[in-house]
Amino acid sequence: MTPTAVPSAVPAAPPHGLSRAQLHELYYFMRLTRSLEERLTNLYRQTKVIGGLFRSLGQEADSVGSAYALDRAKGDFLSPLIRNMGSMLVQGATPLEILRQYMAKADSPTRGRELNIHYGDLVRGFIGQISHLGDMVPVMAGVALSFKMRKQPRVALVYVGDGAMSTGTFHEGINFAAVQRLPMVIVCENNGYAFSTPMHKQTAVAQLVDKAAAYGIPGVRADGNDVLAVYGATKPAVEHARQGGGCTLIELVTYRRKGHAEHDNQSYVPKEELAAWERKDPIDACVRRFTGAGWATAAELAAIDDRILKQLDEAVALCEDEPMPEALGALDGVLADPARAELEWYRRIDG
Amino acid sequence: MAEVTYLEAIRQGLQEEMRRDENVFILGEDVGAYGGAFKVTDGFLAEFGERRVIDTPISEAAIVGAAAGAAHMGLRPVAEMQFIDFISCAYDMLTNYVATARYRAGLPTPMVVRGPSGGYVRGGPFHSQNPEAAFLHTPGLKIVCPATARDAKGLIKSAIRDDDPVLYFEHKYLYRRIKEELPEGEEILTPIGKARLAREGKDLTIISWSAMVYKALEAAERLEKEDGLSVEVLDLRTLLPMDDEAIIASVRKTNRVLIAHEDTRTGGVAGEITARINDQAFEWLDAPVKRVAAHDVPLPYAPTLEDFVLPQTDDLVLAARWLAAY
Repeated sequence: MTPTAVPSAVPAAPPHGLSRAQLHELYYFMRLTRSLEERLTNLYRQTKVIGGLFRSLGQEADSVGSAYALDRAKGDFLSPLIRNMGSMLVQGATPLEILRQYMAKADSPTRGRELNIHYGDLVRGFIGQISHLGDMVPVMAGVALSFKMRKQPRVALVYVGDGAMSTGTFHEGINFAAVQRLPMVIVCENNGYAFSTPMHKQTAVAQLVDKAAAYGIPGVRADGNDVLAVYGATKPAVEHARQGGGCTLIELVTYRRKGHAEHDNQSYVPKEELAAWERKDPIDACVRRFTGAGWATAAELAAIDDRILKQLDEAVALCEDEPMPEALGALDGVLADPARAELEWYRRIDG
Repeated sequence: MAEVTYLEAIRQGLQEEMRRDENVFILGEDVGAYGGAFKVTDGFLAEFGERRVIDTPISEAAIVGAAAGAAHMGLRPVAEMQFIDFISCAYDMLTNYVATARYRAGLPTPMVVRGPSGGYVRGGPFHSQNPEAAFLHTPGLKIVCPATARDAKGLIKSAIRDDDPVLYFEHKYLYRRIKEELPEGEEILTPIGKARLAREGKDLTIISWSAMVYKALEAAERLEKEDGLSVEVLDLRTLLPMDDEAIIASVRKTNRVLIAHEDTRTGGVAGEITARINDQAFEWLDAPVKRVAAHDVPLPYAPTLEDFVLPQTDDLVLAARWLAAY
């Protein structure tokens, strides 16, 4: 057969063996993350979100692309940090659950005990973080240890930020995982700031990935705003771990375009820095690339957007007026036995 | 029947549970090749292999955190703190992560953190601590402090089988000093949350636990011989959840209470017990509840200093006499 020029109507195959449908799914999860957070912002302004609201604007690609590299059918696990809602959505968390969490509803996954995205599900394979940064690294090392002990081909992925990497528990956890050659991937989401503290006040290393060498494990650095680059960096690390190769530290370079939480006006951030990163928006970049390469049409992406808005409308309508938990339930379940804590005596006084 | 030391009793309990349940495993510093700093897990590596007896880096937070993660996945880890003094390095992990896991996230976290506690061994400030009060204040944990070989075995086995995280404080002074006949082949399971009446009496109660129980018993003997006093000794065995029923029953019987513990006085467990007696049996008291505890200083090394700071049998005798005469 004589080779001929490839007709321009046939697009190049997507990278990393991803299918067209998978690319659409990546777009769906990024857009869902952003739209859900926008919906939460509205609810926050209406004081229906009870506590603080944490945005991942501009960071959707790093959460979604990395979590997408896990194999849910094989039972892989992850543990997010506060800006990794997208990773939880990939792992099967629903907008309804997250809305209920933020609004402290009785039927929220933690029944009103914990805030925001601090929740998990052992069946779907994600474990909720606590506020103490770094603590999930040893915990997920324990999850990975259970995989290794039981000879299960499963992988645990844990997220840290540029700030969390300064903690003692991060160091202890990653060192333990490295020594034990546990099937684990540590994803550092470097978004430039820990609350108001920039990275250069957090660490003296030039790149966070440089720390991998100190633990004798491979380190990989990728553009956290490019969902395909994130997936491309994470997937080999996941499979390396699954095959018994031990853990990998991945640094995803991105940027936090909102304050630490909704109350924080980011006065400490230079305006031009924000503007520069806005031009690197991961969802805009994804749309340009996917449509430019012929992997998606504008109409297909618009249909996904519509589906998301409908899904969110339904979820908000369903839970907006739900009750908060019954107060007495606060005493249940501290321990397996006894199952209920004692009611204080002054609450038992008659009259 | 075989005579078993307190230390051997712990070892037997661990061994029996590891043989019984494949999910039980041990992790800690020097627990494998060396068999533990005090040899509690001596021979375990040979019997159970590296998969279930894990030598870890010097990382108490990672030991406790990894134990929690493994426990979520259905394993039953027993984490050793080489000296219980180092449990403070895992304080965050225990109080913020482990203790809250069930309540905030419904996460099963069946795990044991055990290690040698206590003084009278010239260990100085960092190898003699009794950290129970630091954890008594944390909902979501259980705390046991065995005094006898039988309870050392029975409580480690119950702690491993318990569905909640249990801190198991074993007293290093008792390791090789206490010996007891334990029937072979008998399954010993000491219930968590139940005190033990170590000595019956009617004039006064000494409430204690761990190594201090022996000083309480010695004092009771002397008080009987020298003063004709009938002294009851209650060995709490479990500090969390506390056996209020046993405490109140004894208060109602003797109407005079001395609480003796090895930890320092201020913020110590005796304060909590006193408050409970005040709440539940105030009108049964014929005298104020009194405490005998260590002086409020870090524990010093020199024998002259350590013996002065820690409560001794003579102190218990004097305090009990004061209370009896009140």
